[in-house]
Amino acid sequence: MKIIKIDKKEWEQGLDKSRKEYHLFGAVKDKDYYLIQALGDKVYPDMESSDTILSPKSVIFPQTEKMLTANLDEAQDNHHIMERVETDYSPRAVLGIKPYDAKAFKILQLNFDTEEFKDPYFCDAYAATTLVGLAVNNPGQFDFSTSVDTGPFDETDLDVLLIDTGNEYLAKVITDKGENFISKCGFDNQTDEKNALETISKLKKKAEKAIVSTVSHDKLNGKTILELYNAPFWDDIAFSCINCGTCTYVCPTCWCFDIQDETKDKSCIRFRNWDTCMSRLFTEHASGHNPREGKTQRVRQRFMHKLKYFPDKYDQGLMCVGCGRCVKHCPVNIDIREICEQMNS
Amino acid sequence: MHTYTEKIQNLAKDVLKQGKAEMVIGFKQGTIPMAANPFVAKNENDADNLIWSSTCGLNLANYLPGIKKCEGKIGIIAKGCDSRNIVTHIVENKIDREKLYIIGLPCTGMVDKKQIALLFDDEITQFSEEGNTLIVKSETKEEKINKQEYLRSNCKTCTHRNPVIYDELVSDLVEEQIIEDQFADVKKIEAMSSEEKWDFFDKLTEDCIRCYACRNACPLCYCPTCFVDESGPQWVGKGQNTDDIKTFHYLRAYHCAGRCTDCGACEEACPMDIKVRNFTRKLNKDSLELFNWEAGLDISQRPPLDTYQPDDPDDFIM
Repeated sequence: MKIIKIDKKEWEQGLDKSRKEYHLFGAVKDKDYYLIQALGDKVYPDMESSDTILSPKSVIFPQTEKMLTANLDEAQDNHHIMERVETDYSPRAVLGIKPYDAKAFKILQLNFDTEEFKDPYFCDAYAATTLVGLAVNNPGQFDFSTSVDTGPFDETDLDVLLIDTGNEYLAKVITDKGENFISKCGFDNQTDEKNALETISKLKKKAEKAIVSTVSHDKLNGKTILELYNAPFWDDIAFSCINCGTCTYVCPTCWCFDIQDETKDKSCIRFRNWDTCMSRLFTEHASGHNPREGKTQRVRQRFMHKLKYFPDKYDQGLMCVGCGRCVKHCPVNIDIREICEQMNS
Repeated sequence: MHTYTEKIQNLAKDVLKQGKAEMVIGFKQGTIPMAANPFVAKNENDADNLIWSSTCGLNLANYLPGIKKCEGKIGIIAKGCDSRNIVTHIVENKIDREKLYIIGLPCTGMVDKKQIALLFDDEITQFSEEGNTLIVKSETKEEKINKQEYLRSNCKTCTHRNPVIYDELVSDLVEEQIIEDQFADVKKIEAMSSEEKWDFFDKLTEDCIRCYACRNACPLCYCPTCFVDESGPQWVGKGQNTDDIKTFHYLRAYHCAGRCTDCGACEEACPMDIKVRNFTRKLNKDSLELFNWEAGLDISQRPPLDTYQPDDPDDFIM
């Protein structure tokens, strides 16, 4: 393992060098809040920013993504044949991603990239992406990442982990992708590994200790699906829900999408959009029957999926990385931590 | 604790005990600072969880059409705007007046949580209020601020703080605000050139993620299937195409014409801080100027868009 010391004064210059090969993404202040955006020339990520409203999942899994296209002109030989749209999959790097947000991509992978099925759009975008994480030295009150098998310094799905030590970043180079990015930036001030690891370990312990928010889910595995599904509390939990899509759209691990075709003149585009299980339309059948007709069923679905169906099916922990965005942004303050505790009790 | 909290709890207990209503819709304390969670108290014990604060910014009238199983009356805590939406529900035949037991709450305004958050570089960890003073804390500092300066913009121009319909009141009525120019914000937009207006509205909706929180927090938006959710025919594209996004916002606003009470729930709910009231405000101004109409003041009055008068303004045709 290599640890590089980066003087913060040289950080932006380094990023500029990397732009020859990489499209950069990072947190940018937009109006009064932060969003993950593609960084234009001379735009740099805000590394001090608090959480972005939306998670970085859109860099690899965009809210609206073109998939296929077809020509509808019957005079053409290839008419009505769907072909994959051309998308730019040249290298991209996400800068300052929170370690648990990066871990969320591992969860998305369980759906989009399996032995049996490979979603080409996700896989190509994922392969093109270098994840440059920034360890969270001062976790906020919404962060319960350490309760769900990740944490403020989790390296699981990072190519590089940056640790802010004041005037410098220590860059822990984790993968070959990370190595390539760091070298393209021209960062080469390798530092003594032992000392650096000690510093990192201290900061990590401090950060993990600072996390005040916890959630227990140890008993969920021992409960049957029906026991939880038929639990008496769902109506009360769902009462305040307005069935908007906020929780699912801000979530780094929600992966559901809807496919749409749109035609204009002689061309057709097939694209997919994030979908939300909070919407009635999500499960409405063509017959008009809807297996999740009421909001209680929809609210239950979201929590059962994240906290029971997913863990049962994949045995990879919860479908949640504890970023706290849904807790923070839910308009009616439905709190997954509270519901998880209720399910676990 | 807000002075209303204890009164609400006692009133709700009494209402439930006496059987004046089968349930009382109110708020309970949220799990995070500056959050209140809509909640239904079904018995006296539940009623202990009811609270009031200047963060109870959602409109509880929104929950009435969703209550299917209730043989007795539904109790509801209603501040001025909630009560006006209850009137609108009654006028639009969504619910019977007889079905309701309304606990009116003279309101002194809801706070703008997003503005308050901007006072801090870090997260707000505590929020409390003493009369007109808000005490807000983060890890690094404490601010004592005047509530009136941090009201939501709809509360700043509100002239109906007192409930317009109720069975009981939480307190004496409060003095209504006198607003010199209620639509200064709309006039600013009206004064723009067409290009400037396009630009303004394009920017306004550019961050929309189509979560529909604005629509779903709105008591007016009770259509069984919203036009954006229709699939046969599909009126509006589903993606992040900006024209589709704008179509949603513009059409939704028009569906609220003559009905909107400017309760601010749409903006309160928006996770992207989009000021969607910019659309409905203009329609409220038109309703007032053209029809001398403010929505939800009187259950005996039909709204201007479902009545016809020979002297209705028709300048737009001529």
